[in-house]
Amino acid sequence: MPNLERRAQPSTLMMFASPVIAAVCMLITGYLLFTLLGKAPLHAYWVFFIKPLTTAYGIGEWLLKATPLILCGLGLAIGFRASVFNIGAEGQLTMGAIAAGGVGLYFNGMDARWILPLMMLAGIAGGMVWAAIPAFLRTRFNTSEILVSLMLVYVAQLFLGFLVQGPWRDPDGFNFPQTKMFTEAEMLPLLMEGLRTNISFILALLLVAASWFYSHKMFAGFRMQVSGLAPAAARYAGFSEKRNVWLALLISGGMAGLAGMGEVAGPIGQLQPVISPGYGFAAIIVAYVGRLHPLGVLLASLLMSLLYLGGETAQMDLGLPSAVTGLFQGLLLFYLLAADIFINFRIKARKRPLEQIRTVAQVVPEEQS
Amino acid sequence: MNIPVTHPRLELRGITKIYPSVIANENVDLIVRPGEIHAVLGENGAGKSTLMKIIYGVTKPDAGEMLWENREVHIESPAAARRMGIGMVFQHFSLFETLTVAENISLALDSVIPPAELAQRISEVSIEYGLPVDPHRLVHSMSVGERQRVEIVRCLLNNPRLLIMDEPTSVLTPQAVLKLFETLRRLAAEGCSILYISHKLDEIQALCDSATILRSGRVTGTTSPKQETRESLAQMMIGRALPECQMEANTPGETRLLINHLNLATIDPFGTTLKDINLEVRSGEMVGIAGISGNGQKELLAALSGEQLAPQASAAQICGVAAGKLNPAQRRNLGLRFVPEERLGRGAVPTLSLALNALLTSSDSGMVNHGLISYPAVRSFARNVIDKFNVKCGGDKALAGSLSGGNLQKFIVGREIMLAPKVMIVAQPTWGVDVGAAQLIRQALIELRNQGVAVLVVSEELEELFMICDRIAVIADGRLSPAVPSAQTSVEQIGLWMSGEFNQDAVEVIHA
Repeated sequence: MPNLERRAQPSTLMMFASPVIAAVCMLITGYLLFTLLGKAPLHAYWVFFIKPLTTAYGIGEWLLKATPLILCGLGLAIGFRASVFNIGAEGQLTMGAIAAGGVGLYFNGMDARWILPLMMLAGIAGGMVWAAIPAFLRTRFNTSEILVSLMLVYVAQLFLGFLVQGPWRDPDGFNFPQTKMFTEAEMLPLLMEGLRTNISFILALLLVAASWFYSHKMFAGFRMQVSGLAPAAARYAGFSEKRNVWLALLISGGMAGLAGMGEVAGPIGQLQPVISPGYGFAAIIVAYVGRLHPLGVLLASLLMSLLYLGGETAQMDLGLPSAVTGLFQGLLLFYLLAADIFINFRIKARKRPLEQIRTVAQVVPEEQS
Repeated sequence: MNIPVTHPRLELRGITKIYPSVIANENVDLIVRPGEIHAVLGENGAGKSTLMKIIYGVTKPDAGEMLWENREVHIESPAAARRMGIGMVFQHFSLFETLTVAENISLALDSVIPPAELAQRISEVSIEYGLPVDPHRLVHSMSVGERQRVEIVRCLLNNPRLLIMDEPTSVLTPQAVLKLFETLRRLAAEGCSILYISHKLDEIQALCDSATILRSGRVTGTTSPKQETRESLAQMMIGRALPECQMEANTPGETRLLINHLNLATIDPFGTTLKDINLEVRSGEMVGIAGISGNGQKELLAALSGEQLAPQASAAQICGVAAGKLNPAQRRNLGLRFVPEERLGRGAVPTLSLALNALLTSSDSGMVNHGLISYPAVRSFARNVIDKFNVKCGGDKALAGSLSGGNLQKFIVGREIMLAPKVMIVAQPTWGVDVGAAQLIRQALIELRNQGVAVLVVSEELEELFMICDRIAVIADGRLSPAVPSAQTSVEQIGLWMSGEFNQDAVEVIHA
């Protein structure tokens, strides 16, 4: 067992290297796994990571699946930076989809330009309302937002199930548990003919920039960062703890709600009992792999989206179970958390030359205790 | 004790301990004889605590050897040290507040003793050494001085042959210090060796037979302190003479800070309730609040800074405005500036740069425009603070956590001073700060007072308060004594008040 010792300061290099190390370890483990399953590992990797991107349609699907991950991941990253741990983005996404879908169904058949923006606002509001519940309970009763937001995921999903099997079921839908299809005025415009990618991907890119601007240039973002890093310093500076919790949850809830709207008004085109393959949960991994930085979230979303796509092609071409996607996602987070220890610690060297250290020691004559 | 006196009880040879980027101890030799009270003298950061942790088995040295009664030993853990006969009283106590004295002691004993017998033995030891302690009392109801007695009794139950005391007097009134010295002399007379760690020259001269002086992790002298002067000890400890503060008389102006019948119940079950606190600090005046920590300082400071709201707005008034219900940012806009006791995590965010830490309390001073951070303004402000207060660091991008305690304190005090306060409140201005930096900080506070700022200093160091304050008040058990001119009181008087006995005295002073 090697000895670890605390670094004098956190390592910036490890901060960026850690996601790469995690990705490499994930690939090595996957290699062993494919070998054990009797699949040729290199071919499996080609099927998993390269083949989906060999066609224009594949690339379109890649960006399409990355979009909800970017949206949820950006919001969660802002919250996590402020130490507000909303892990219920999946539920907020569902409620956003329900609210947007409700607006779409109410105005179904009308051909007006304002319906789509209204659906967007409804989606954001739906996510926010769902995130407001843990925010209220945390600021009023000091409950854990982690537990409350997680439990509300299942409430939201069951509520969606109730709606599509009951009051909102399509009367002409042969009793399938789904609503009417949305009309063209209620669907997000496509980026290119023949692809399913729509303008919500462009919107997500704009929000990457906005989110960077918020957390790095605006004082409000700085306040949230201080609240996350050192709550006592935030109190000392007079930054309100309540405002921090509310903002973090409303921002992440609103973004997740928008992602939900993008799904139902995009590739799905109606409300169904299940509208997300776990984007809200995968976004937690996205936020951390992306180092809680907007650009990192963008890259991590593309990686996670590729895992979803690769999982599908692997099911079709290799006959692997769909659980392989979740497995790779889990491995990635697992290795990331393990590699992160080297940001603050390093393996202790047996002997270090005294002279080399002395030059530093004279600059910082601090007692270690 | 039947060990021949010729053998030292403990001998360290060439002890070296290296931490990342810091040499805590380098080639340290130390000899402690049986029945000797041996001082380890050095300022903050000299490596005293690290050396004691090595002796007590908390950390292991990277090089060097340790001889216990003439046999080489490697101490693996504090439990091993206790079995050998080494006891240690830490600066920060390790007691469970919700347990009784006897329960706390029984947890730390390496052998199991039936409760009734243990209580009996605690009483015996405490009577024998003049350390009155009730074994059945709950620790949270005890004063800091009483808790220290519990720690000492706990060590004595193991019949130690070496007792290490780490800065024991910082939690005691001057009277209690004298009592502690009696106990220690008594122990030494019975043959127990004592390692006494301190940076206070007077105490070491009064108590210790010999002294080893550390500076920057190295031994700079071994001497008999009673034959040295304060100046020669200081020379060895900091490499030059002790600096003095320059302070001239000043006529105070209008009242800037007024605490008016402040009552504040605490929500912390082990906190202190503030009872009817009254104080005024005027422009051009420095007022000190003395007292042993845990007597309501934390609560009072939070109520003044706005981190805790007062029950009535009028209970805290800043420049004539009732501010008891305002938050810290609103109070800053009235001209209040506050330097908290905890530097890392409260006064500064360790993982952010100095520039961003400057922004922490300066957002209302032109560094944020329409919600946007003006980085050039923030950085030039931070660089100004660094230059003016001689903060040793790697520039304004250095992380706050990478600075030494003294340098970070200079930065925080500097930040608040540069923001042109009308009222300045400072908690423990020089706690854990080396002598040079302490001097700079004190002088900066005096200059602030000379410019007409109302300054309130809360400190446990009586010497410091007498050095820089125009008036001194004492806080004890959540009540505040009247503030008396420092020139008209004495360390003994303040010491008595620190134990809460100021009702009678206070009346006399007011009517004098």
